[in-house]
Amino acid sequence: MTGSICVLAEQWRGCLSDVTYETLALGREVADELGVPLTAILAGWKAKDLARSLGAADTVLYVDHPQLLEPVPQPCAEALAQVLQGRRPRALLVPLTNVSLGVSTLLSIRLGAAAVNFCKEIRVVDGRLQAVCVMYGGKIECTVEASGEPAILGIWPGARPADKGRSDRVPPIEEATVSLGESPVRLKKYIDPDAGDVDLGKLEALVAVGRGIQSKDNIALAEDLAKALGGAVAGSRPVIDQGWLPLSRQIGKSGLTVKPKLYVALGISGAPEHVEGMKDSGLIVAVNSDPHAPIFNIAHYGIVADVVETLPSLTAAVETRRLASHHA
Amino acid sequence: MHILVLLKMAPDVVEELEIAPDGKSLDLDYLRLILSESDDHALEEALLLKERHNAKVTVLALDAPEVDDALFTALAKGADRAVKVVGMDTGLSTRQAARVLSQVVAHQPGLIPMDLILTGVQAIDDLDGLIAPLVADDLGMPYLGIVTRIGLEASGQTAVAIKEYPGGVRGEFEVRLPAVLGVQASEKPPRYVPVAKVRAAMKTQKIDCAPAPALADGGWPLTQVVEMKRNEPAGHAEMLEGDPEDVSEKLCGILAGRGLF
Repeated sequence: MTGSICVLAEQWRGCLSDVTYETLALGREVADELGVPLTAILAGWKAKDLARSLGAADTVLYVDHPQLLEPVPQPCAEALAQVLQGRRPRALLVPLTNVSLGVSTLLSIRLGAAAVNFCKEIRVVDGRLQAVCVMYGGKIECTVEASGEPAILGIWPGARPADKGRSDRVPPIEEATVSLGESPVRLKKYIDPDAGDVDLGKLEALVAVGRGIQSKDNIALAEDLAKALGGAVAGSRPVIDQGWLPLSRQIGKSGLTVKPKLYVALGISGAPEHVEGMKDSGLIVAVNSDPHAPIFNIAHYGIVADVVETLPSLTAAVETRRLASHHA
Repeated sequence: MHILVLLKMAPDVVEELEIAPDGKSLDLDYLRLILSESDDHALEEALLLKERHNAKVTVLALDAPEVDDALFTALAKGADRAVKVVGMDTGLSTRQAARVLSQVVAHQPGLIPMDLILTGVQAIDDLDGLIAPLVADDLGMPYLGIVTRIGLEASGQTAVAIKEYPGGVRGEFEVRLPAVLGVQASEKPPRYVPVAKVRAAMKTQKIDCAPAPALADGGWPLTQVVEMKRNEPAGHAEMLEGDPEDVSEKLCGILAGRGLF
């Protein structure tokens, strides 16, 4: 494994996440460019069968231990450190998700290795690895080099399409053993979300509001537009945290992933945590007062304006057209 | 019960971010620093625990522009003590900052013993690691991140923490204390404190200063930024311009043309 590229396969509740395949696709490209093998590392308990779907990698290293049944950061990082110690890959790609967050930081300490967060791309430049990172809420892109090996790279979801990392090939699977003590952090149970009053995943139009909506009272303006478009109102993290919309309406990393035909982002800056939940929408329209808001990088149409000032006109225009088409 | 809250100043991304002439960092002359958003939630969660369990809350931050305002605001909100680490190099990486904080926690009088260390789950500039797991590892304490709610067992030996997973799923964890928790969001939105109350705190309360320990080289492999620029990829929205009525009409034409209503 020395010199290889490794990808942490993210298993959670008995399944591999899409981001595993996305990260594998990126890892495959990097490994091919360097001319080195790609190894997927899967940590779990009685989950070896999951390794069979990781055929985009040349080999899979499966780590089996009862403490790895759930991806708790400290036991997971300890297990990975034990299997990577001595193997010294060139880099380990770790999905930057709610499941794996913290693992890359802890692992980098255990291995005395560099960690780089927020990576969306990895380039090979004169044989060196450069990570392209999106930070400061999506506003800044920086290119980073890490000294020493392995480099532990936290990869944003969406780096590549998941389908590029899927394969029908069954890879060779190597098993590794680790020794783990009892964890001081123990999962008691999962709490599944309430269904909410509407199923956002089934609607063709979503009007999503962010901090730019300014107050809870202004949400009614977005509801008017959603009603005119035949959809519903959703929200980004700050709006949910303020209690302006229920948790069941949250789009993004800790909330829902949606793909409506129309996604209207109102006063949403476009931080990567939100974008991962809506980037595959059919048509994305963004209204934001900041002309440099990262949401304009993924939107199809954009309007630089105050959301609260624009909403009444937008709703009126939609209603007028609807009425006109009704009478036509 | 003693809760330590680690606070960090981070660039306000509502403001324009300018790249420094070296092309590798942000231009500090144009930078406005504010309390990192998730740290504000960590502070709120600590204050809620204080109200429920009569805990003592100490806030600790590295020296930075505007940090005194953040610390006095924390005192005005109900924190019992504020400590500022002074005299360290500027431009520390997250990893170095965590090492400084851990050493101050271990050696500055009155910071230990503590039952909980709370901090934000992640700051927007945590390029080379996250503060919570770094400090937990340095101090040999349990760690859990993306926490949105904390309850304390009557024994005082464990906490119950709710962690966010994808898709709205939550995980309920039992965490042995003392522990370091990375807070994503507090149970209630961070409380508002009037400016007058912050000014009063500035007159009646004080910030304790703790000298920064010398950081040994330690062989830490550092990350190196080779280029920094605005995130402006090739793909960009087609911008619609005009007054609200004009842009609304244009957009409606586009949506109608695509059969979207």
